[in-house]
Formats: sequence, structure tokens, C-alpha cells
Amino acid sequence: MATTLTINGETKSFDAPPEMPLLWVLRDILGMTGTKFGCGIAQCGACTVHVDGKAVRSCVLPISAVENRAITTIEHVGSTPSGAKVQKAWLEAEVIQCGYCQSGQIMSAAALLAATPNPDDADIDAAMAGNICRCGTYVRIREAIKLAASGRQS
Amino acid sequence: MNAHNSNAHDSVSRRVLLTGGLATGFLLAFHVPLRAAANEPVQKDTTDGKFAPNAFIRIDETGRTILMMPQVEMGQGTYTSISAVLAEELDADWSKVEVQHAPPSDKLYANPTFGLQVTGNSNSIRAWWLPLRKAGATARAMLVQAAASQWGVEPASCTASKGEVAHAASGRKLGYGELAFAAQSQTPPKDVAVKDPKDFVLIGQPLKRLDTPDKVNGKALYGIDAILPDMKIAAIANCPVFGGKVGKVDDSAAMKVAGVRKVVVLDDAVAVIGDHMWAAKQGLAALKIEWNEGANAGISTKDIWQNLRDASAKDGAVAKSTGDIAKALATGDRFEAAYELPFLAHASMEPINATVHVRPDACEIWTGTQIMTRVQSEAAKAAGLPVDKVIVNQHLLGGGFGRKLEPDMVVAAVKIAKQVDYPVKVIWTREEDIQHDVYRPVYRDQITASLVDGKVAAWKYKIAGSAVIARWLPPAFQKGIDIDAIDAAVDAPYDFANFHVEYVRAEPPAVPTGFWRGVGPNNNVFAIECAMDELARKAGKDPIEFRKSMLTKNPRMLAVLNLVAEKSGWGQPLPARVGRGVCVQPSFASFIATVVEAEIDDIGEIVLRRVTSVVDTGIAVNPDTVKAQIEGGLIFGLTAALYGEITIEKGRVQQSNFHDYRMMRINETPKVEVIVVKSGEAPGGIGEAGVNAGPPALRNAIYAATGVALRRLPIDRKLLAVGKKA
Repeated sequence: MATTLTINGETKSFDAPPEMPLLWVLRDILGMTGTKFGCGIAQCGACTVHVDGKAVRSCVLPISAVENRAITTIEHVGSTPSGAKVQKAWLEAEVIQCGYCQSGQIMSAAALLAATPNPDDADIDAAMAGNICRCGTYVRIREAIKLAASGRQS
Repeated sequence: MNAHNSNAHDSVSRRVLLTGGLATGFLLAFHVPLRAAANEPVQKDTTDGKFAPNAFIRIDETGRTILMMPQVEMGQGTYTSISAVLAEELDADWSKVEVQHAPPSDKLYANPTFGLQVTGNSNSIRAWWLPLRKAGATARAMLVQAAASQWGVEPASCTASKGEVAHAASGRKLGYGELAFAAQSQTPPKDVAVKDPKDFVLIGQPLKRLDTPDKVNGKALYGIDAILPDMKIAAIANCPVFGGKVGKVDDSAAMKVAGVRKVVVLDDAVAVIGDHMWAAKQGLAALKIEWNEGANAGISTKDIWQNLRDASAKDGAVAKSTGDIAKALATGDRFEAAYELPFLAHASMEPINATVHVRPDACEIWTGTQIMTRVQSEAAKAAGLPVDKVIVNQHLLGGGFGRKLEPDMVVAAVKIAKQVDYPVKVIWTREEDIQHDVYRPVYRDQITASLVDGKVAAWKYKIAGSAVIARWLPPAFQKGIDIDAIDAAVDAPYDFANFHVEYVRAEPPAVPTGFWRGVGPNNNVFAIECAMDELARKAGKDPIEFRKSMLTKNPRMLAVLNLVAEKSGWGQPLPARVGRGVCVQPSFASFIATVVEAEIDDIGEIVLRRVTSVVDTGIAVNPDTVKAQIEGGLIFGLTAALYGEITIEKGRVQQSNFHDYRMMRINETPKVEVIVVKSGEAPGGIGEAGVNAGPPALRNAIYAATGVALRRLPIDRKLLAVGKKA
């Protein structure tokens, strides 16, 4: 079935069943592999993307639910103000280890900062608790979000 | 993003897509045989103008400096640290350094400790420290010789720095790129000197990681991101019972799922190949599979523990014995305890996967593995091809933790790919990943000790558990001793005059066992440090003072313990049901002391308040990486202590995904402070050590807060509710 989505400001048309999760459309049909598969049941957050600016788990999100919505992925989040700040802070705080979960972490953090420019620890916990990092970079994720929010980045 | 970052990006990430596989580039680079770091003559590489003095360094006429990575990057930062070690002695321009995954070759890239091209046991830097420094210094010497010869001056009158050779007396300078061609024909020095550490300019600096810029924008490529022309995706269902086989498969419904291309039936698994993972998953769900569950269909965790406890009652092979243990145990105040650790899955965030294209004359593989050459040889067997017809394209690993020291996923993918003529990416769902792991073994550790004058006078330690080494590296399994299982047990840090360590090999029925981050020491450090706390209490002493009194011959351990006491606020008053616990460990040639502060509420739930760790890892090649590895390792270990357990019922794993195989999350993460002390000693290992520090320190904090001496993991909250005693 032909579907049209707006992804990173571009219109993409492709054939896929309406119930197919956005994750697999991005990765296997459109070749956009920055969004990661981690669990398939919205437990780990590796597949996080933005739909109309809000962080959602693409592994359980049928494409029929996001037609006519603005979808943003990790490949493009750097063109949003909060996404650019987060990416910069992530490198400055040297958050990343294996990096596999970090697309999702960055998407969640960028959505948090767009909605809550100066998050406190409770805000950070609430926004980021859905993203698992097996390397255990949480201490630096918290630091980097605060760094991004502070505008103190070099 | 500077030029350097985008270069690293080209080398590590983009090349796979740009060239359709790293192999293309490597075959070009390697068609002239190159020498291994130490013992083969330099071949003249005159074909492409590159200076290629050894297997690790390539400099072209523009000065572009490519470093080949013999160890794999799975988050531990080794690409940056290895590059720093090479670039230090090469006096390279760090901003021009790029890294590439090395191809499979034990001849060129075998880890000096293992004799295999393997990344594990926290030994990348330990094993390669001198060989890579010599490789860098040799290349530098040849560049200097090339310049000196061109100028007609003595090499000793020249200096090198940041990718340039200079002759101060005449004010002349030449860049490494300009010297590359001439350097290739220089004779390498026989016994090259390496730098005095006081002259290091890169080693010891918190250099920014080379792999992270592409990890913030989705460009980094892991194995699961491989995309090839005409590639299809497969989902796999392995027999749910360990050792079981496929019986009958009815694929009539599966073949009707839109996008399903083929159903492949293997001996012990069934795969559905589709246009995308969604079709493959839907197809798999539509299959009707009858399994021949086989002999293990009745096995449960209860049987496994009975088996282990029975085995642990037997005498083991003696790994070390000093003094007179029988006599010493007969005197003093006697202590006995047994500690038990569960099966654990690895659960790397990147689920198990491999992409394979079997062609009539070759088999090409795209994956992220810790064991390149074993993947190549096992794939060759599965494909029925000679080893040299198997091309392995290494990728970044989305976590390894020991799981990717096994080739099973590649072997299965080869068997599937053999049935079609296009490339297939085989992806394990998270459920398959957790239920078909190679698990951290169950262990039971018995400690018998005696106290005399408030100190341990006798220490008898018996480890019972699977011998992973006997399967994984058979020649290293000698006289009944698994050298990994006894690691950190035979070299306990304390002054134990009468000291005895035994090992009982006890293979759990049905369940495959493998290495898990922290390896042998993650079992032994737990048992030793739990027992030390119980012994301190028996002796009526503070846990840190008790340990210090027996660290008189271990100044590095003592120093970090003293510092962690100070930094953690040890001894300062705490509210009720809040405790501090300590762990000391000399593991992987690093010395680490850790204090965990935790609160235990009335129903036994645990709140981690604060973790302080002091690390002496010798020369810290990248102190920020050392810090990051300890921070992350602590979380990894504390996750296991709080939640980690794989259980078996009817021969199958009961956990399936992150809802029932839980991970710590950011809201549970305490404040973590890691202090890396300055040291001039040779570098120690750091990737695993933090994992081992968390569980005993937390357990000892709980002991301090509640008086409950937990002796098994994961932590049983029921024992910690108010009014309960273990």
C-alpha cells in the first residue's frame, strides 16, 4: 500500500502495510539506519524519533498513525536548536561509549529541552527513564543535558 | 566538527557504504604482504606511494595517517587509546590521524596475550602497550632517516613532532607526507627506543574520542546497519529448549505474509527471509513449528543449582596453596560461608545480528565481532569454503560484553545465506537475543577462614562453576584449572599467610556458558569482598580498617583504599537504614577501591545514593576514558546486583526482554565520583573492573544498613524488609 510520510522535512513515498512500525520503514525501506532497533516493545528507547516534536518509540508506532505528521530522526535533529545543543553537549561531556542507544537518548533529550529549556533532575528522570543505556552512561547524560540547557557550551 | 572528525567518520563509518564493504579497501591495502609488528622483514610497498612500515601505520604523500586497529571498538574507547599510543611514538599530527578496522589476520593482528585476534579481558592496552609503541617508534625512526638522508645530516641531529621532521641547525623541515615515499625504502632500526613517559604529549591527555562525532548524528555504522544491494532481512526462531531440534514446519501461512520471500529450516532453528524485518517477523509469527525438544526439556534452575551445590561439595583442583591451610584453619575463630551467583545474559543494546552473502566462490560477512579470525574460520566451515575465501567486514559494536566473543550468530547466518543467492541480514529479536545467549555461568564459592588477633590467619576458597576456558581456548585449560575462573582469587590482595584456592569444574546441564563483562573476577571479587566484610564484623572491626591491616604488602591497593575512605565520607554519620559498603580489587592489573552508599526502605527496596571509586590503573592512556569505563562499569555491575538473573524452566529461558530482564535506568542512577590517581606504572585494564566493584560494595552497604548478610545475587528484597534477617 502506498504511503506518504514527511520525514526530516522531506516527503517520502513507499509501499508498506499500514500497521508496519515506523522503525522498520526508516531502517529497511528508506535506509535511514541512525534510528536503532533495541527491544521492539517500547521498553528501551533506542528507536526514539520525534513526531510533531514529541519523543515517541518508533518500534511500536504504525505508519498509519503518523501520516500528515512531521517526523524527525537522528539524522536531522541537529538542524533543530535543541537537537544541535544536545549533540554538542554530548560530545563535550564525552557521553558516548558504544553509542548504540545514543540516537534514542539524544532524541529524548532534544525533545525534553524543546519543551523544558531548564530541566531539573526530576524532569530529566521523567524524560529519560525510557531510554536504556547498557554501557551505563547515565551520569554523563545528566551532565550533558544540564550543559546543553545552560548554554555554557564552548 | 573539524577535519579530523570528518576523517574519522570516513574511515570508520562511511567506508562501508561508500565502497560496498571495507574489504575492498583492505584488499587494495593488503595485496602487498606487510610485516607483523615485530618479526617479519619490511616489504617495499612502492605501489601506491604509501609509507607502510608495519601492519598498523599507513602514511600517504598528503600526510594522511591511517592507523589500523587490531582491537575492536565496542564502547570502551580503545580506538582512541590505541591511536594515541601509536601516534605518541610516531610523533604524528593527531589532527591527521584516522582509524580503520583491521581485517582478520592472526598473523598481523593477533592479540599478543592470546595469540588470537580477540578483544577481551581488559587487555587491549596491556597487551599492545609495548608492541604498538615500538611500531610507532620504528616508523618515526624511518621517517627521520629519510629526512636526514635527503638533507645529508645525521639522523640524531633531527627531531620529529606533530607529523614533521625538523633539522634545527639548518632550519629545514619536512612533513611526513613529503617523506612517505623515501621512508618506505629505509631500513628499520633493529632495537628501537621508546619514549621516556615524561616526554609523552598524547598519552595521559583526555583526548576526545575519535568514534563519537558520528555517534551523535546517526552516521556511525554498526553491524546491524549494513545495507547491500539486493539484501533481504531474516528473523530467526531458535529452538526454545537448549539443544532441541526442529521437527515439522508448516509455512503455508507464513508464505502468504506480504514481503516474505523464503522460509529456511535449519537443524535447530527456523528463519523467515523478507523484504524487511517487519515482514520477516510477521512471517515468523505465522509459522507453525513443532520442535523436538530433546533431552533438556525437563531441566529447571532448581536442577542446575542442585547440580552445582553437589559439585561444590567435592574437592577441587588446587590452584594455589601457601602455608599450612589445614593446621591454620584448626586454630582461631572459624568462619564459613558460601556465595552464589546466577546466570546472566549480556543484552548488548545492539541485538545479535550478522549479514552474509554466500557466493559460489566466496562468503562475505558484515558484522561487529570481538573475534574476527574465529568468525572467519567458523564461517568457512559453515560455508564449505577455504578460510581465504571468507571476507569479514568489521563494524562498530553496539556493546560486546563478551557475547561477541562467540561466532554462533555468524555461523547461523551463513547457513541461512547459503540457501539464497542474495545477501541476508539476520537479526535476532530481543527475545531471541536474551533466550539464546551464551550465559555468564552460575557460580558457588565457598570460603572457610579463621581469625586470629583480629586478622585472617587462614583463607580457603573453593570456586565451583563452568570452565568457559575449556571450551573457548582448550589449550589454556590445564590440570583441571580454568585460569579465568580463578582470576582475582589466586591473587587476592590481602596478607593471608595460609592461603588455599581450589577450583571445581561444574558444567550446568543444558545451558551454554561464556564470558561476561568482568569475567572470572566478577565472581571472585564478589565472594572475597563479601566474606571480608563478614569477617570484619566477626572481628569487631571497621571494614576499611580491617582490610587495611592486611594490605601491608600492597601499597597501591592501600593507597586507593585510603583515598576512597576520605572521598566517600567513610565513617561520617548516616541516617537509619543507610549504609556504606566497600570493595577493593586488584584485577586486570588495576587497583580499585569503591564505596557505595545505599538506603534500604522498609519493604526492602534499594535507593543508590552515591558511589565513589578511586582507581590506580598505572599510566592512564586516556584518563577520561578510564573514568568513563569505571562509571559505566559500575552501572553495569549494579544492574546485575539489583536485577540480573536468568532462570530456566522446562529447558528454556524464562526471561525475554527488558521488562523481565531489567536494566538500571537514569532515575535509579546515583551520584558517581571516579578519581583516577597519577601513576607511572604500566597501564592496567579498565573495561571490566568497574563491573566487579559495584555488587560487593552495594551488598556490603546493605549489610551495614540492615545487618543482613546477603550471600547470593541478585539482591532479594524480601530479606531486607524491616524485621527480616537472612
